[in-house]
Amino acid sequence: MSEQTAKKGWLGRLFGGNGGGDIPTPPTEIPPPPDNPVAPPLPPDVVPPTQPTPDIPGVPQPHPEIPVPPSQPSSWFKRISQGLSRSSSRLTQGITDLFTKRKLDDEALEELEELLITADLGVATASRVTAHLAKSRFAQEVTPEEVRGALADEIAEVLAPVARPLIPDPERKPHVVLVVGVNGSGKTTTIGKLAKYFRDQGLAVTLAAGDTFRAAAVEQLKVWGERTGCPVIARGQGADAAGLAFDALREAQRRQDDLLLIDTAGRLQNKSDLMAELQKIVRVLRKHDASAPHDVLLVLDATVGQNAHSQVEIFREMTEVSGLVLTKLDGTARGGVLVALAEKFKLPVHAIGVGEGADDLRPFEAMAFARGLLGLE
Amino acid sequence: MFESLSSRLGEVFERLKKRGALTEADVSEAMREVRVALLEADVALPVVKDFIAKVKERAIGQEVVRSITPGQMVVKIVHDCLVETLGAAEDVNLAAAPPVPVLMVGLQGSGKTTTSAKIALRLKTRDRKKVLLASLDVYRPAAQQQLEILARQADVGSLPVILGEKPVAIARRAMETGRREGYDVVILDTAGRLHIDEVLMAEVADVRDAVRPAETLLVVDAMTGQDAVTLAREFNEKVGVTGMVLTRVDGDARGGAALSMRAVTGRPIKFLGAGEKLDALEVFHPDRVAGRILGMGDVVSLVEKAMDSFEQDEAEKLAAKMAKGKFDLDDLAAQFRQIKKMGDLKGVIGMLPGIGKIKKQIDEANIDAKAINRQEAIILSMTKAERKSPDLIKASRKRRIAAGAGVSVQDVNKLLKQYQQMADVMKKVSKMGKKGLMRHGLPGLFPPGGGRFGG
Repeated sequence: MSEQTAKKGWLGRLFGGNGGGDIPTPPTEIPPPPDNPVAPPLPPDVVPPTQPTPDIPGVPQPHPEIPVPPSQPSSWFKRISQGLSRSSSRLTQGITDLFTKRKLDDEALEELEELLITADLGVATASRVTAHLAKSRFAQEVTPEEVRGALADEIAEVLAPVARPLIPDPERKPHVVLVVGVNGSGKTTTIGKLAKYFRDQGLAVTLAAGDTFRAAAVEQLKVWGERTGCPVIARGQGADAAGLAFDALREAQRRQDDLLLIDTAGRLQNKSDLMAELQKIVRVLRKHDASAPHDVLLVLDATVGQNAHSQVEIFREMTEVSGLVLTKLDGTARGGVLVALAEKFKLPVHAIGVGEGADDLRPFEAMAFARGLLGLE
Repeated sequence: MFESLSSRLGEVFERLKKRGALTEADVSEAMREVRVALLEADVALPVVKDFIAKVKERAIGQEVVRSITPGQMVVKIVHDCLVETLGAAEDVNLAAAPPVPVLMVGLQGSGKTTTSAKIALRLKTRDRKKVLLASLDVYRPAAQQQLEILARQADVGSLPVILGEKPVAIARRAMETGRREGYDVVILDTAGRLHIDEVLMAEVADVRDAVRPAETLLVVDAMTGQDAVTLAREFNEKVGVTGMVLTRVDGDARGGAALSMRAVTGRPIKFLGAGEKLDALEVFHPDRVAGRILGMGDVVSLVEKAMDSFEQDEAEKLAAKMAKGKFDLDDLAAQFRQIKKMGDLKGVIGMLPGIGKIKKQIDEANIDAKAINRQEAIILSMTKAERKSPDLIKASRKRRIAAGAGVSVQDVNKLLKQYQQMADVMKKVSKMGKKGLMRHGLPGLFPPGGGRFGG
């Protein structure tokens, strides 16, 4: 699929099929077609609905009028294209410098490989991708456009099989999603965005504030609960996370909710005691529902380099991670490590995070990501 | 996934004949491996290139110390260069009129808030400063509360939160409160922001202009990849960074970002965040970080230790004796003692992936500390004359020696047989010459297959 059609697809979703684009969040919205399962079709000028946040006792409120940094452009399309072009402009420049119609020789290939390395693809993946390119194009005269296009195709091919959305099973009441990751990767924010997305689809969503370790993490999730209109099950700081998860599951089941999103404390994957605690959460959930958790999402920060390998490997081993979410793609980090991860682990990538707002979650699209990575419109 | 640099280099040099000095070709080949190792450790590419050029220049023509391999030599040069580039540790600069403003900046989720509290605790306990923490993060839900809670945990002051107040105003109020209430240091924890976010970068620059911080610390996650150069450069250009803090070094990331940032900004790395507890803040150790980036634990000091324990002098004395064809039981006892020293290292060596070759040598030598102790006891139970000329030892002497060492006569026989085998080898070695011994290391000393130590 070319970018042209992809763009049309996005725009089509923006302006068509959603009642003319002036209904911000239709509560009875039928789940969108499977090719666009994660990002809700939002009209371009809709400001994320900031719900009045009633007082949590003893909890000072953040300012409801500034829920997202002021620099966020209001248009969704502008935001995504800006996000992607930001992250690729340097790479594009590099490749353009490299090839103004020149021969694809060893030196050029090496430079190309290096450009991919600076996008965090890793040495092995970068050299494999360029070697593949060399096979078909070596010693040919090529333009920057051609090289980028060929590279994007190459990368998209790796990514296509893993671009799979998160679809809660409607049979399950609730579908339990455990969200894990290292500290600061964006778990709580991602949960907030997922809650918003599924709420907008009309699902009954419960949030469980399983990060009982970090100061104010519970409050952070509670704010998200209020913003998205989802009940939050929480205990105080220092409470047992597994016990809380168990209670949350029971509560969500009693209410016959569609979806239960369980937050967990951030943990470094080499801390075996903390990883054991995560396993305990899974074990305890299974006491109540043998099939839970139905999805385990590992949240990865796009700025992370080669350590992502270790994160996926160990988290997967410990908790049977079923899918990935890549966050913070609105910066200059390009998240190229995802290409290597897709090659190695073949775990589905459900969504990407491109900002701090409730709507800054996008479906992961292989071609769009690959072309965006290489600065192709 | 990650092989350590030393084992990679080991492979490179195994293919090369061992020579006295490192040639340009040797070094070039080794540098390819160094490049990959650094890139896998997330050192940014431009930084890797500069660094390699520097190392190359230093390594070519370098004389290889006799008792280590060229690979180990290169690792050491790389390591030393890394330590140099990473720079020395520096403490927080508080050279300003109190209250001294300290500004914390960084991307979202890099660990600013926790680090702010850690630094506050450190200043309070180590330097007996009165510290005020103030959160300028008005964006992330509950961020201000998080800092408040942490301030309570660290038992330092925190600025009361006023809803709806803008960051610059909070910063001014924090400084005002600091002056009024006699605080020594005011730590301003800002919201996480992207370095390309013009509005937010301008906001933090406004805060900077309003309070004129003595320190602006950039907090960066040790897991950061190639983007570290970009973000460090941008933060430095737009806000003016005076130092950096590398967080989550308790993870298993190799932390190449440290080198990238240091190289790009020229600013010192001041602290390492090594855990979630508030006291888990360490002063920056360039050698530790260097070893980590190279993925080799502390191979360098280990190599140094091994060199020490295999003392040059003694080895040379031994070589001289062997050259003369003399090798007595005293020499064997000295060998035992040296091997015991190596044996102490065995456990440590076993944990390191890089130096398979040394490990193999030690395994081949089949060191059993207890057995060696016993064998040493046997020799020590002999008279000086017996040690000088083992031929003296006949049945009754053997019984006496066995009784003295608390072993059986068979054990004494075994030791004498081993000595005989070794003496034979020594003769062979003396034909190879002095240098031959040093190059062939331990296995050269022992006959293949037979002549193992151990009960």
